Amino acid sequence: MSFYDSLFDSLGLQDWCSNEAKAGPMTMAELLAKSKSSTVTEETSLWNMPFPSLDNLHGACNSIPRTRDMTSGVEQLFLNVKSSLQFVLDPLTQPLSWLLDGSIWLFVATPWWLLIGLTLLTVQRVTRSKGATLLTAITWFFLAFIDHYSYAVQTMAIIFVCTGISVLLGVPIGIAMSKYDRFQKGVIPILDMLQTLPSFVYLIPLIFLFSVTESKLYGIAIIMYAIVPVIRLTDLGIRLVDKDIIEGANAFGMSARQKLFNVELPLALPNIMAGINQTIMMSLAMVVIASLVSAPGLGVLVLRGINNLELGVGLVSGFCIVILAILLDRVSKATLARIDVSQSNT
Amino acid sequence: MTANIKISIKKLYKIFGPEPEMALQHVKNGIEKPDLLEQYGHVLGLKDINIDMLDGQITVIMGLSGSGKSTLIRHFNRLIEPTDGQILIDGINVMDLSDEELRKMRQSDMSMVFQNFALLPHKTVLENAGTALRVRGISAEEADIEAKKWLDRVGLTGFEGHYPHQLSGGMQQRVGIARALTSNSAVMLMDEAFSALDPLIRNDMQDLLLALQKELHKTIIFISHDLDEALKLADHLVILKDGEVIQQGEPQHILLNPCDPYIESFVSEINRVRVLRVRSVMQPLLDKALDTAGSVDVNATLEDVISQSGGDTNKVYLVKKEDEAVGTICMKDLVRALVPRVPSQKEAITA
Ligand SMILES: Nc1ncnc2c1ncn2[C@@H]1O[C@H](COP(=O)(O)OP(=O)(O)O)[C@@H](O)[C@H]1O
Ligand SMILES: [Mg+2]
Repeated sequence: MSFYDSLFDSLGLQDWCSNEAKAGPMTMAELLAKSKSSTVTEETSLWNMPFPSLDNLHGACNSIPRTRDMTSGVEQLFLNVKSSLQFVLDPLTQPLSWLLDGSIWLFVATPWWLLIGLTLLTVQRVTRSKGATLLTAITWFFLAFIDHYSYAVQTMAIIFVCTGISVLLGVPIGIAMSKYDRFQKGVIPILDMLQTLPSFVYLIPLIFLFSVTESKLYGIAIIMYAIVPVIRLTDLGIRLVDKDIIEGANAFGMSARQKLFNVELPLALPNIMAGINQTIMMSLAMVVIASLVSAPGLGVLVLRGINNLELGVGLVSGFCIVILAILLDRVSKATLARIDVSQSNT
Repeated sequence: MTANIKISIKKLYKIFGPEPEMALQHVKNGIEKPDLLEQYGHVLGLKDINIDMLDGQITVIMGLSGSGKSTLIRHFNRLIEPTDGQILIDGINVMDLSDEELRKMRQSDMSMVFQNFALLPHKTVLENAGTALRVRGISAEEADIEAKKWLDRVGLTGFEGHYPHQLSGGMQQRVGIARALTSNSAVMLMDEAFSALDPLIRNDMQDLLLALQKELHKTIIFISHDLDEALKLADHLVILKDGEVIQQGEPQHILLNPCDPYIESFVSEINRVRVLRVRSVMQPLLDKALDTAGSVDVNATLEDVISQSGGDTNKVYLVKKEDEAVGTICMKDLVRALVPRVPSQKEAITA
C-alpha cells in the first residue's frame, strides 16, 4: 500500500493502473518497502507525505513509469537513432580522423631540430617579436631536455588541427550571425550550452556514436568546446565595426561582398584574433581532458599520474602544460598586438 | 539663370517608427511633430520637402542639430528610404532603381563627404582616395593614378602612403574630398563636411571647395548648421526646422527678408558687413548725373565699400558689373542694411 493509492482510487483510475503487469526489475526502494511492509504500516498523514515523484506514484499505480524506466528510455532512444546518426556522421567526420592522425604522425616524424627551427621561424615571421621567439625557443628546449618533447609535439599537433578547423568553421558562422539577427538568436543558446556543459558530459554521446579508438572522437569534443569564442568574437567584431564607416562604404556603392572583405573583416580582425587566442587556450584545456578518450599527448601523462598515483609524473606533465599554455597565449597575443598596431598606431 | 534642374525633391516625407504608413496619414492630416511622438510613438523626420537643385550650383541645407539635415541628404542616394515622395535625379526617380542600379548610381553619379570622414582606417590615403574607382572594378594602377591627381589637387602631395589616423582632421577631410572627386561624379553630397574642423582650417577648406567648384561646376549639396558657412558657400539656401523647409532662396535675399522669427534670430547673429554684397543693397540706376565718389564691384562686400569710403556716410558709389554700370549704392542705405530687422521692431510696425 502506498500513500497515493487513495488519490488514484478517488480519480477512478484503479483499472488503468492495475491493467498493466509490473515490468522491469525492482528498484532498491521497492525491495526495502517489501521487507518493511509486513512489519510497519505506514501512517498516512500530511506530515510524512512523500513528494509525488515518478517512483512514489508508481507505487500506487503500476501504469506510471519509474525514473529508471525513463533513463533507460533515453538510452534506448539514443541507441535507436545511433545507427542512422552514425551512417551520416561517420563518413562526414572521417577526414577529421585522418587529419589528426596525419598531423600527429607528421609532427612526430619530423626531426626535432627541423620542427623546432620551423616553429621558431614561423613565430618570428608572424609575431615580429623577439620576446615571443625567445620564449618559444626556451620552452621547446626545456620540454625536449626533460624528455617530454614527443608528448608535447602530439599535443601541439592536435591543437593545431582543432584550432584550424574551429577557425575554418567558426568565422563563417560568426559572419552569418552578424548578418542575420534571427540566426544569431538561434545560435547563441547553443553556444551558451556548449560553453557551460561540463566538458565530461559531452564526451558521453560521442562515446556512444564513435568508437573510443578513433581520433575524431576527441577531435570533435575539442572542436565543439573550443569553437565557441571564435564564433562569438567574429559576430561581435563585425557588429562593432563603426557604423559611419559602413555608411561610407554604402555611399560609394560597395556590394555586400566587397563590404565584407574590404571593410568588415579587416576591421573586425583584432576581435577575431582575440577569439582565436581564446580558442587555442580552450583547445589546450580540452586536449588534456580528452586523454580520457585516448587523445595522445601530455594529458596521457597527467592521467597516468592520477590513475597510478605517480605524483611526480602528473605534476611535471602538468607543469609542461602550463608552460605550453603560456607559450601559446604569448605568441597569439603578440600576433594580435602586431595586427592592432598595423591598424591604428604606426 | 537658365541652369537645368539636376535634382528635384517632391513632397518628401520621412517618418521613423514601426508603422510609418499609419503615421503618414496623421501627418498629412496636420498633426505636429511633438504630438506624433507622444500619441503614436513615431518620429517625424521630414515633412513635405520640395526642393529643386540646379546643375552646377551649391545648395546649402541649413538648420540646427536635429532638424533633419542628415536625414534629408541621405535620401539623395537612398541611404535612407523615404516614407513618401519622389527624388528625381536628371528626371529619373531614384525610388525606381533596382539594388544593382542603385549601387551603380552611388559608384559613379554621386559621391559623399562625411562629417567624421568615414575613411577606411586600414587603407592608405591613396587607396582611400581611389575607393570609388576600386569599387567599380577599375584596376588598382588606374585608380591610383586618378587618386594621386586629386590628392595633389587638394594639397596632399606626399601623403599617399600614410594611414588616415596619421593625419590631422583637416587633412583627413581633404582625403574625403579627394575620394569624392576621384569618383568623378556630377553630384557631391557633403554632410557637415567641415563642422568637425577648427575654425581656421574650416575657412581654408571652404576656400578650397569654392576654388574647386569654380573649375569643376559640380552639383553640390552641402549641409551646415553654421549660417556664416552657409552664406559663404550657397548659391541656393534651404533652411530646415523640425523636418520642414521654412524658407529657401537666394541667400542674400533670405538675409534681408527673413520670413520667420526662427530665421530672424539666426540672421541677427550674423556679421552682415562681411556677408552682404553690394548687389543686394544697391539701387537701380536712375539718375546718371548723380555725383558719385567712385565705383565698386557688384559682388564686393559692404566691408569693402566701407573701407573704400573711409567711413564717410554721405558718399554715393557707382556699382559696376564687368565695367558696365548697373546701379548706385549710397552709404546711408548701406549702413541701414547693417542693422538686422529684429522681431520686436517688425511687430511694432505691423501694430
Ligand atoms: N533612425 C532613426 N530613428 C528615429 N529617429 C531618428 C532616426 N534618425 C534620425 N532620427 C530623428 O530625426 C531627427 C533629425 O535627425 P538628423 O537628420 O540626424 O538631424 P541633423 O542632421 O539635422 O542634426 C532627429 O529628431 C532624430 O532624433
Ligand atoms: Mg547631422
